[in-house]
Amino acid sequence: MVGKKGGSKGMGAAEDAEEELARTPLQAIILADSFTTKFRPITLERPKVLLPLVNAPMIDYTLAWLESAGVEEVFVFCCAHSKQVIDYLDKSNWFGQPNFSVTTIESHNAISAGDALRLIYEQHVEDFPDMFRIAQDPNSIIAANREGINWDIRFRRNMHDWEVNDLVDLFARLQHCHINLQAADKLKWGHQKGVYTVKEGYQQLCSRNPVIANWPWKLIWRTKLPPKIRGDFILVSGDTVSNMSLSQALKEHKERRRKDSNAVMTMVIKQSKASPVTRQSRLGTEELFMVIDPETKQLLYYEDRGDNLKGYLSLDKALLTDNTSISLQNDKQDCYIDICSPEVLSLFTDNFDYQHLRHDFVKGLLVDDIMGYKIYTHEIHSSYAARIDNYRSYHTISKDIIQRWTYPLVPDVQFFGNSATKLERQGMYRAPEIKQSRSSKIGPFTVIGSGTSIGNNTEISNSVVGEGCSIGSNVTIEGCYIWHNVTIEDGCKLKHSIVCDGVTMKSGAALEPGVVLSFKVVIGRSFLVPAYSKVSLHQQPIRQDSDEELEYADNSSGITESPSVSGTLDLLNEEERTELPDSQEYGVGDGGVGFIWLVSEAGQEEEWRHSVAPIPVDKLVAIMQISNDEADLPNEDGAFLPPSGELGPDSITNDSNEDAEDIRDDSVIFEREVEATFQRAVEEDVTDDHVILEVNSLRLTVNEFPGLMLFVILWLDPKFLSAIENCLCLPSLFYCRLSYNMASADCAGALFYSVMKLALDAPHDSPNELYKNVVSTVRKWKKLLKYYLPSIDEEIEVILKFEEMCLESAREYSPLFVQILHHLYDQDIIQEEAILDWASEKEGAEESDKIFVKQSEKFIQWLKEASEEEDED
Amino acid sequence: MDFQVVVLAGGFSKSLVPLVSKDVPKALLPVANRPVLSYVLEHFEENNLKDFIVVVEGESAALLVGGWISNAYVDRLHVESWRDDTVRESIRRGTVPVETNTGKGMVAAVPEDVGTAGALRAIDRHLTAKDILVVSGDLISDIPPGAVAAAHRRHDAAVTAMLCSTPISGPSESGSSGGKDKAKKPARHNIIGLDPTKQFLLHVAAGAEVEKDIRVQKSILRAVGQMEIRADLMDAHMYAFKRTVLQEVLNKKETFLSLRRDVLPYLVRSQLRSELSQNGAVAEENGNSKGVSDSTIMLSQLLTNASTQSFHELYALGPDGSALSPRKTHKCCVHIASKSNYCVRLNSIQAFSDINRDVIGDASHLSGYSFSPQNNIIHPTAELGSKTTVGPHCMLGEGSQMGDKCSVKKSVIGRHCRIGSNVKVVNSVIMDHVTIGDGCSIQGSVVCSNVQLQERVVLRDCQSTSFFARLTQVGAGYVVSSGSEHKGESLAKKEKQ
Repeated sequence: MVGKKGGSKGMGAAEDAEEELARTPLQAIILADSFTTKFRPITLERPKVLLPLVNAPMIDYTLAWLESAGVEEVFVFCCAHSKQVIDYLDKSNWFGQPNFSVTTIESHNAISAGDALRLIYEQHVEDFPDMFRIAQDPNSIIAANREGINWDIRFRRNMHDWEVNDLVDLFARLQHCHINLQAADKLKWGHQKGVYTVKEGYQQLCSRNPVIANWPWKLIWRTKLPPKIRGDFILVSGDTVSNMSLSQALKEHKERRRKDSNAVMTMVIKQSKASPVTRQSRLGTEELFMVIDPETKQLLYYEDRGDNLKGYLSLDKALLTDNTSISLQNDKQDCYIDICSPEVLSLFTDNFDYQHLRHDFVKGLLVDDIMGYKIYTHEIHSSYAARIDNYRSYHTISKDIIQRWTYPLVPDVQFFGNSATKLERQGMYRAPEIKQSRSSKIGPFTVIGSGTSIGNNTEISNSVVGEGCSIGSNVTIEGCYIWHNVTIEDGCKLKHSIVCDGVTMKSGAALEPGVVLSFKVVIGRSFLVPAYSKVSLHQQPIRQDSDEELEYADNSSGITESPSVSGTLDLLNEEERTELPDSQEYGVGDGGVGFIWLVSEAGQEEEWRHSVAPIPVDKLVAIMQISNDEADLPNEDGAFLPPSGELGPDSITNDSNEDAEDIRDDSVIFEREVEATFQRAVEEDVTDDHVILEVNSLRLTVNEFPGLMLFVILWLDPKFLSAIENCLCLPSLFYCRLSYNMASADCAGALFYSVMKLALDAPHDSPNELYKNVVSTVRKWKKLLKYYLPSIDEEIEVILKFEEMCLESAREYSPLFVQILHHLYDQDIIQEEAILDWASEKEGAEESDKIFVKQSEKFIQWLKEASEEEDED
Repeated sequence: MDFQVVVLAGGFSKSLVPLVSKDVPKALLPVANRPVLSYVLEHFEENNLKDFIVVVEGESAALLVGGWISNAYVDRLHVESWRDDTVRESIRRGTVPVETNTGKGMVAAVPEDVGTAGALRAIDRHLTAKDILVVSGDLISDIPPGAVAAAHRRHDAAVTAMLCSTPISGPSESGSSGGKDKAKKPARHNIIGLDPTKQFLLHVAAGAEVEKDIRVQKSILRAVGQMEIRADLMDAHMYAFKRTVLQEVLNKKETFLSLRRDVLPYLVRSQLRSELSQNGAVAEENGNSKGVSDSTIMLSQLLTNASTQSFHELYALGPDGSALSPRKTHKCCVHIASKSNYCVRLNSIQAFSDINRDVIGDASHLSGYSFSPQNNIIHPTAELGSKTTVGPHCMLGEGSQMGDKCSVKKSVIGRHCRIGSNVKVVNSVIMDHVTIGDGCSIQGSVVCSNVQLQERVVLRDCQSTSFFARLTQVGAGYVVSSGSEHKGESLAKKEKQ
């Protein structure tokens, strides 16, 4: 809000303010909720950040790192199981640290990172949230807006009616402000001299009222203080393990900020191997594609949910208009450590639909260049940074900790939350008080917690065993994570599993790879838990969002951002999965307690991706296969996706021809796309609804300019539609609706064409068989066809299309024209009105055009008579 | 070196009308009073690449080019005593052999409009060497072709392309703001994807593709990890191909017409799932190393083995280094010319003026002439009238005459021109046998051979600063009547248009 006319005085004040900001203590926000469901069923009972990682809760790693990196104030945002998190922090010593203040923010209705940041922002500006939202510069200070006697407040847009009152209030308050530009800002006592301090305030209070003196006011003080983000802050999730130094990244960020106030965020990235196999086998995360400006390190493109079906990546040509050289990277890993400017908070508030930090916020800023906000990257080389996103990364990061990549955050170095252990040869860590039988063997890279007893002939390797566990004789444990107070009786066999606190495994029980046993589950005698199953005392929730742990909002917003085929597919699978409520009643063997959670078939397929178990060889081969096949795709799809360069003979010298090719008839493309979509639907055996959705999105892609895609997809779901209509007017939306009506006829035609083509492609020897094909195909896709035939106009379009097919592309149909038309009529796909209209439309046409009208004369006659009869009735 | 050079010299390029005519094919357009083709041939000759085939589109153009080569190189090349009809006869049969002292050369005529790939297809049977260097006949460059050949051999590549930085077109002298804007946004010719070491070509978009969204193959990206995408590089139309690869692609893909738009993108696209029959290539190599103990081949193999494994080999090996099924790959390499190198193609009238200006100006080392202390070249037989000045960066051809009080700046004047008095020539190219009457003023123009300008003709631009955009060309043999003024027009005899 610094005015240009501000002169030296105003500017000076602003610079002071900037320096002031630079002096503020380094702050960090920890999101102690990942807003996902990947750690279920464990997270039904305990928040993810408190899960032990090599015998210390995850959040301790994050806090210890932030403290060592020089962060002075941390705000921990708790949502799911917030009480447990706060209790834990209370019990641990994090609250009492000098030079490191930890404050918790509690919320029960945040469902995403976006919500959390909005909440933090709103706490910030309690008085005039709306004003701040539309202010040109939310960080501007009062002094900077004072122009002599007038207030010079600048907003990005004009006031709405409902905001005017706020403005009046604001001015009323400002009227009473007297500003001395020379003095520093401070709070003063109204009635006595000196500067106000909170401590003095309490002392005053206590001296007046002896009852309050005994009150534990330190606690109140801590929690009631509204969190204030004053300058750049670090945004991490509570499951981050890192030992990187922040100073370099912060310095870069601040320097950029000084030059360009639009550089709002710096993302930390790290090199990783580019192969999809490695990516999958290490962190179990999706493939990430980034485009980075090699000079400035500005992030220009971010895609972590690419369409795996596509063998190519399409980048907007606009990326190259500003830069002559960009670097497309596939070998980087996002560490999910962000250095943010305070604007980030207000951006989330401005864009109330931003939920996910990456999918919404980062992509939103990259796509929307109106405001010109920029995101930069900082690559770390030698230090460690990773986030525990799923079971697989839990496994990988545990191994990294044991192998000391995360030094000093390793088991034998004391930091908060872990207890002393001793490092022995071959990466073996043993706490001091262990009862271990002489005949037992402890293999390499294993951690044993204190108070644990191990029986005869037991073998443990590559595993973590918590505190107070009792492990019987003849037990084999390989690659497992056993938490605290677990009882494992004699003869059990565990492989690549996670076993939570208080679990009992009766003698002879066995776990196949990938099993997760949640808290206090009991596995019956000699019971074999099948691979990848998850066992919990809690029943599997029927609807995900009815559960304690709040639903990951991203699932529902998935549609909005990835209009691709796979996005919608995923969503539907997700829903299907939750609609299977069956859970076997204690199906965990004799004397066992716990429910085995079911996963749908589609889910089972994917289970191996995120599991702690090593990836089976056949899956690895499959991944490689996929990446190979992708390479071949462009050619197969060549029909409607011309691979670059292969533009055909006319592309050679004649530029005008090329242009002509570019402006190919849209409708032809559209028809081909519909056909392709339909073909895919047939191959993949997708339900009709699904195809409707896809064809819809196709239709709009072809007809609309890309900027409207978001609304288009939103519009497909009535749920979102109402949401949008409620929030201000969107003229573009109406445009979409308009074009929908216009395009509907084309769509019906194209779809009908695809259906008939399918029937034609099915093997047939005689017209009779062909007819049968048509009957069966039409039966199968009747619902879909019907959907696209809301009125007579579309039906006529379909008949015309059919006619055209008989004449041109599919002459086999011409002798069957009447027969099929009749069938369509019988099936209620085409109504008699449409047929009659068509016939009358054709009356004036040329003779050659009337072949089929003549063929169907009898049928039309019959229809006419029938309708007359009806009229008579 | 076992490289065969194929010079694609074009024919009567439509984009250069009215500069080219039925008497002057593109390859013979003068650059500082020498045909453009001579620059290419001599450049390769200097680099010891003497086994060349000049491919010309169209019979009559081939005849002219062949005739010129046999005349121009009469002292240096061993030319059989040709009579005009024998040349004609040979051309009709397809090729004219030209024997040089050190190597062999031939001129081949191919039908018009077959494209660059078509031209190579037509001379397929003449390709014999292990690797083929294909270069455009209009490339004026000082980049040693040996560097391309070395990069090619070093990686045993299927194809190696030479890239140069996109030229910044626009007037060289500091012009108006309009000129500056132009200089800031160079025209985009290609979108190039390179690996981090800048040795391999991972993506290439040419022609209309450049204006579309960039479409990168994920499989290649996965194999390499990082790709640098650049818009400031240009395909300079010099390629080294492995002969077996080139012939196989040309035979298999009959629809391919252009090397730049079809063959190169195809090879780049398919580099990790090569469709080339490796067997043939391997057999060829084996045959070579057994039969001919060629030291260069040995060296190249040594170099290939010594270099660290490229992503191609790693990819072919599969994830664990143990090949589940060894994959076929081939390599596409690049040689990136440094920015100090000169590299421009004469493919537009704009480029024609630019190159003429540069060759007698900034890039004078290319011309092969020795400049006078005044930094210009005035042929000893040229006659200058009194008070006539010829500035630096100028050239005055053999036997040309200039009247009194003329002024020539930054221009090339051809042979046997007759220029009257009080004539101003600035930033222009005047070809041979041009007659210019008294008091003419020519700025930023190209005047072709045998043009007659009568008295007080003004050929110029309104503003000299942006004259390149409004270049004036005068077609050959055209008579411009006295006292007329022309701005930004193309003048030619009517029957030529």
